[in-house]
Amino acid sequence: MNVVATTQQVGSFVIDTTEQWGRSWIFLYRTVLALFKPPFRPFLYMTQILQIGVNSMLVIALIGLFTGAVLAVQGEYTLAKFGATAYTGPAVALSLIRELGPVLTALMVIGRAGSAVTAEIGIMRITEQIDALRSMAVDPIKYLMAPRLLAGIIAMPMLCGMFNVVGIFGGYAVAVGLLGLSPGTFMSQIMSSVGLVDVYSGFIKATVFGLIFGWVACYKGYTCGFGAQGVNKATTQSVVTASVAVLIVDYFLTSVLTRVFMK
Amino acid sequence: MISVRNVHKSFGSQVVLDGLTMEIEPGKTTAVVGPSGVGKSVLLKLIMGIMTPDEGEIYIEGENITSARSESRKNEIRRSLGVLFQAAALFDSLTIYDNIAFPILERIRISSSKAHAKVLDIAEALSLTPYLLNYPEQVSIGIRKRVGMARALITEPKVLLVDEPNTGLDPLDGQEVYDLINACKSQWGFTGLVISHELPEVFQVSDRVAMILGGQIITEGSPAELIASTNPAVQQFLNGRTDGPIKIQ
Repeated sequence: MNVVATTQQVGSFVIDTTEQWGRSWIFLYRTVLALFKPPFRPFLYMTQILQIGVNSMLVIALIGLFTGAVLAVQGEYTLAKFGATAYTGPAVALSLIRELGPVLTALMVIGRAGSAVTAEIGIMRITEQIDALRSMAVDPIKYLMAPRLLAGIIAMPMLCGMFNVVGIFGGYAVAVGLLGLSPGTFMSQIMSSVGLVDVYSGFIKATVFGLIFGWVACYKGYTCGFGAQGVNKATTQSVVTASVAVLIVDYFLTSVLTRVFMK
Repeated sequence: MISVRNVHKSFGSQVVLDGLTMEIEPGKTTAVVGPSGVGKSVLLKLIMGIMTPDEGEIYIEGENITSARSESRKNEIRRSLGVLFQAAALFDSLTIYDNIAFPILERIRISSSKAHAKVLDIAEALSLTPYLLNYPEQVSIGIRKRVGMARALITEPKVLLVDEPNTGLDPLDGQEVYDLINACKSQWGFTGLVISHELPEVFQVSDRVAMILGGQIITEGSPAELIASTNPAVQQFLNGRTDGPIKIQ
């Protein structure tokens, strides 16, 4: 009896998960397709870039500043053991540009704007605003989801770039101002160690993370359950799913991009 | 005008509509009544094409919305519909002016000067002019319903669908919504479908009344015929009794 019940539960879980996975890919396909179909509404896209990108700038700058500062302290401590404190600058810059910039930017934007996007769309779902759009012959995928997806794809690399610049500045301030490293050494070592491929790979990651952010946030809001509890659950799931997805995809992207650019 | 033919709809093992058939006559307002949870709102969503029936067909002005595969085809059929939602479903990020203008700017895509004139006209007709620059959360639910009505009627639809017109309203606001429906009907002359569980209040906007129970229409006729019905379920529902064939869930 227990074996049957367990098998049923496992089977039902597998079917549900596969169904959700399939639905979410169809949702992404429809949203991407909607980006290229008229009517185009530039104002909606600009509004979302403002809400997702511009409104995240302060928190991203703050996190970037202190991440760079911490990297400088930790880098200098570790490199001092090998007599290589001159490489503190590259350690800070490469860590930020290749890895921490895209990942931390994505996690912060997911936490700040992803939850807001899911909650907003979820509330529109439960208050019948999405049904109202459809009843007025307006496609909610095109009107609501496409602008948010594109805004994530555009805003994320820009925020990542800002995170990197502010982070390197934070590292510079600590390394030069507090730890006594030479400003010339700090900057010249960065210039000679950081290549365009590092910058490219960071931006490619940020763009993919922007897609994940928009996809998960919109999908979870669009499919949210009934009432306040449904929105609550969707918002939590959105942040957790997108954050975990970013970290998993980051590993695979790092592996692929490192191999591609190493050649 | 609207023809619902042998429509079945289930959610998992729960059968909501079980071969429901009804005709909504042109120019008349039909109220679909019944206890909570019998599938009245599901029927409305099926007519709007937001849900798809498991079986059966729904025709709006001779066009089969259930067989329309693409969303763009459904949108063509939906152009003859206007919908007043239960809680008005206004877009809270838009002003009342923008909410009213939304369907004509998005659906008909007329020039903004013509749209402006139409919004001012309908706002004047529904006494909404003082609220045009407010956001939905800044006005009462009664005003929101009026805005919802203006938004539904601005495209001059041939069919108006109304979901639970006075849910959440006090008796005065509720009566105001019924008066509004009657006033709009005489001015715009649409075919109406009103979903409600409020009896006998809904009779004042209804030419015909159909009662749903067990996934089917169990009785249909004029309000007077419904009141005179000998069906025990109809009498139980009309008189608000807890004992009878309708089981409280």
